[in-house]
Amino acid sequence: MMDDRQDLVLQVNGTRRRVTAEGSDTLLTVLRDQLGLTGAKRGCNQGVCGSCTVEVDGWPVRGCLSLASACEGHEVVTIEGTGRDPVMAVLQRQFVERGAVQCGFCTTGMLISARRLLADEPRPDAEAVQAALSGNICRCTGYRKIVDAVLAAAEELAR
Amino acid sequence: MTDPTGIAVGLSIPKFENQEKVLGEARYIADLQRANVLHAAILGSPHPHARIVGYDVSRALAAPGVVAVLTGDDVSDGRMGAFIKDEHALAKGKVLYVGEPVAAVAAETEAQARAACRLIDIEYQELPAVLSPEEGLAPDAPILHEHLADYVKVFDAGSSGNVASRTHFDEGDIDAAWDQCDVIVEGEYTTQAQAHVAIEPCGALAEYEAGGRITLWSANQSVFRVQANVCESLGLPMTKLRCLTPRVGGGFGNKMEAHIQPIVVALALKCRRNVRLILTREEDFEIVRARHPFKIRMKTGAKQDGTLVAREIEVLLDCGAFADDSPGVLGYSLLMSPGPYRIPHRRAKGQLVYTNKLRFGAFRGFGQPQVSFAGEQQIDEIAGRLGLDPIDIRRRNMLAPGEPWFVGQQVASNGLAACIDAVETASGWRDRPKVTRQGKKRRALGMSVTAHISGLLGTGAIVRVLEDGTVVLNTGATDIGQGSDTVLTQICAEALQLPVDKVSVASPDTDGSPYNWGTTASRVTYTAGRAVVGAARAVEAKLKQHASEMLECGIGDLELRPGGSVGIVGVPGAEVSFAAISGRAHWAVGGPIVGEHTLVFDQMTHDPKRAVAIGLPFARIGVFSFGAVVVEVEIDDVTGKVRVVEAWSAADVGRAINPQLVEVQLEGAFVQGMGLALFEEMVWDGARLANPSLMDYKVPTSRDAPYAIHSIIVEAPEPDGPFGAKGAGEIGINVVPSAIANAIAAATGHRHHALPLTSERVLDGLIQAEAAA
Repeated sequence: MMDDRQDLVLQVNGTRRRVTAEGSDTLLTVLRDQLGLTGAKRGCNQGVCGSCTVEVDGWPVRGCLSLASACEGHEVVTIEGTGRDPVMAVLQRQFVERGAVQCGFCTTGMLISARRLLADEPRPDAEAVQAALSGNICRCTGYRKIVDAVLAAAEELAR
Repeated sequence: MTDPTGIAVGLSIPKFENQEKVLGEARYIADLQRANVLHAAILGSPHPHARIVGYDVSRALAAPGVVAVLTGDDVSDGRMGAFIKDEHALAKGKVLYVGEPVAAVAAETEAQARAACRLIDIEYQELPAVLSPEEGLAPDAPILHEHLADYVKVFDAGSSGNVASRTHFDEGDIDAAWDQCDVIVEGEYTTQAQAHVAIEPCGALAEYEAGGRITLWSANQSVFRVQANVCESLGLPMTKLRCLTPRVGGGFGNKMEAHIQPIVVALALKCRRNVRLILTREEDFEIVRARHPFKIRMKTGAKQDGTLVAREIEVLLDCGAFADDSPGVLGYSLLMSPGPYRIPHRRAKGQLVYTNKLRFGAFRGFGQPQVSFAGEQQIDEIAGRLGLDPIDIRRRNMLAPGEPWFVGQQVASNGLAACIDAVETASGWRDRPKVTRQGKKRRALGMSVTAHISGLLGTGAIVRVLEDGTVVLNTGATDIGQGSDTVLTQICAEALQLPVDKVSVASPDTDGSPYNWGTTASRVTYTAGRAVVGAARAVEAKLKQHASEMLECGIGDLELRPGGSVGIVGVPGAEVSFAAISGRAHWAVGGPIVGEHTLVFDQMTHDPKRAVAIGLPFARIGVFSFGAVVVEVEIDDVTGKVRVVEAWSAADVGRAINPQLVEVQLEGAFVQGMGLALFEEMVWDGARLANPSLMDYKVPTSRDAPYAIHSIIVEAPEPDGPFGAKGAGEIGINVVPSAIANAIAAATGHRHHALPLTSERVLDGLIQAEAAA
């Protein structure tokens, strides 16, 4: 475990980032500890809670289950790198205004999952939102306001 | 109580920190970066009960990167605890549960610290373990705390043997009352251990300052409880420790008392370096705290017309290895066990027994979901026996405004009737068939009512007017995500007639904030809100003093005007801005304007003329919120799986300072209660927790939770509450397991006496009910 450090080049939020990582280092570890991108959270480190959700090549993945070395040559996007996306901006505003944010620890992962849902299904119903977010655990809100925020964002984007 | 004018109170303003949270910019404990920081790791006990014979830390100390190893020999004899001071910073002399921190390592990397923990050799002498309260009460039981009699206790606990505390309330003449009853129901109930699962695991970062003072950041619900616990357990003067808070990723009770802050501070002092430790999810399950399993015997009697006559309850609580908040949970659950009803004859008693398990402690609802599971099912059973509607029997017996609570405290505001009306109407209770069937599925409604107390202990607020006329509010209350920074700002802004963006909130700091016992007991809006109103009134008085001199008029002729000015009543244009006043105060006359107010809730819980109360942990509790819920459940006849289809949850919160934040409390509490009702359960394999991971311990996902959770706000203003407000944080969870159990009983004809209501249990109940029919 100690001496298999390797140099990696990762494409993160549109920028080439050179890091040195252990073979066992996850994408989440590299993002948080080496690149200072702490928007993705470590809630369980086991792929269950979804608070570490980031995008790889446009797909939501568990940062805690992805090996950093396997992400070479792929496009990694974290919440910090979604700033210019108009869909994310609408989702973020709806989350803020509709009270979908409580402690906030699950929020960035929820947003990443919700953005993918709206790319696949621009006008989801509540059940589709519940299904799409079922890999992101929230212990505070009871989910109602999160689902409402995603539905409201979809409606706003469809206008 | 003053009516709000609408400038701030009553508005659903988005929480101020939502923006930083959606951008990923919010900083939680694991996000704090410090130079020259050491990483800590903990070694947990392999035994549930053993004497520590000796340590050999030489191999660990020699391992790469290791700077220090901490054991019980390194920490003081000090003990911490909210009610009974029974807990060291880490195990000393004995270990009392599997996983209990027995040693810790600080090293240059986290991997090095974890690896070195495995090199610590500890010699144990194993002792027989106590794994249930019944085992703990046995005459020849091994004793966990041999020096319990000598421990400091903050109330008359009645501790002896493995009994940490006992409580007994008695009102009326219960023994004679049963003869007056036409119907009596009696039953035994068990509830399970529930894990809080705040999505952020606990963690701490101690910064070693020159001169040996420590600045401690941690995931917490009270920087003041962190300070007290660390200082008590390490024998430090409070002047040597400053406690601060980053953003906190949820609490629910888990972060109220200490977790690993004392260990991190002890390591920082030993190494004279910054030390950081973030628990893994598994450690968070294994070594922090959880909701108490209850064993309940309850008996309730009524007359033929449904009038309740008597209720008796006896509970046995598994305390775990340390008392923590458990004596409070025991006393509070018994105090609330009669429910919000007029019952003339009542007795409630219980014991709290130490066992060789993780400590149980505060968890949203504080014992109420457990006793409600028994009590509200018995109300439905009586209704069923008498052919009464569940809502009608509750209305007949509900506590009316002006009637006191069990053992005598006066209840100033009571919106229970309106809560019941609201859920009855919204759910269409009267118009629906009580049970419907479609194919292999059946649906039914269930209901439950509750009350909850918000208040307790000391609180303060400081309001300062800055040179530009804006205001800084400082309360010391940790916002754990529920939105108290926003709510307290709204209260301050309303009291000073300022827009909310003219008020900023200081982050809690034991060096600079006034005392706040904590974000717990549904108390911040009510207690800290009262302090904020008091501090704002003090500022108003000073502003008016200046304005009277500046405008050359009497103070009595002045009013606060919306937007930050003081003017002469009835004279438009005759006004001075807060900025002008504050400039004068800063540079010419009187000095900077600061208002402060502190309070402690001081109304007695117990009226000795009315009732007997022994072992009451809180002499003064707080004010009463009320709640009612109706749920619709669907049961699969083939699998027994229960799905909550829809829920209507009403709560009397006095005044909703921020309605959206009240709604989300009710919604979140409902889903957390649904997890408790249906599937969440910590399981022990012997002495070892068998499911300390989210893979094995399931919490509700967005697919489990019904979308249709309807939160309904009822406002019966509390006379001394800030603009009438009282608590909202816990009221919504109390009723959930009982309402779901009532719906299942309505659908299946089977009464359940054990939580959680898993598919297996519900299917078994269906089979039993059909066999009986």
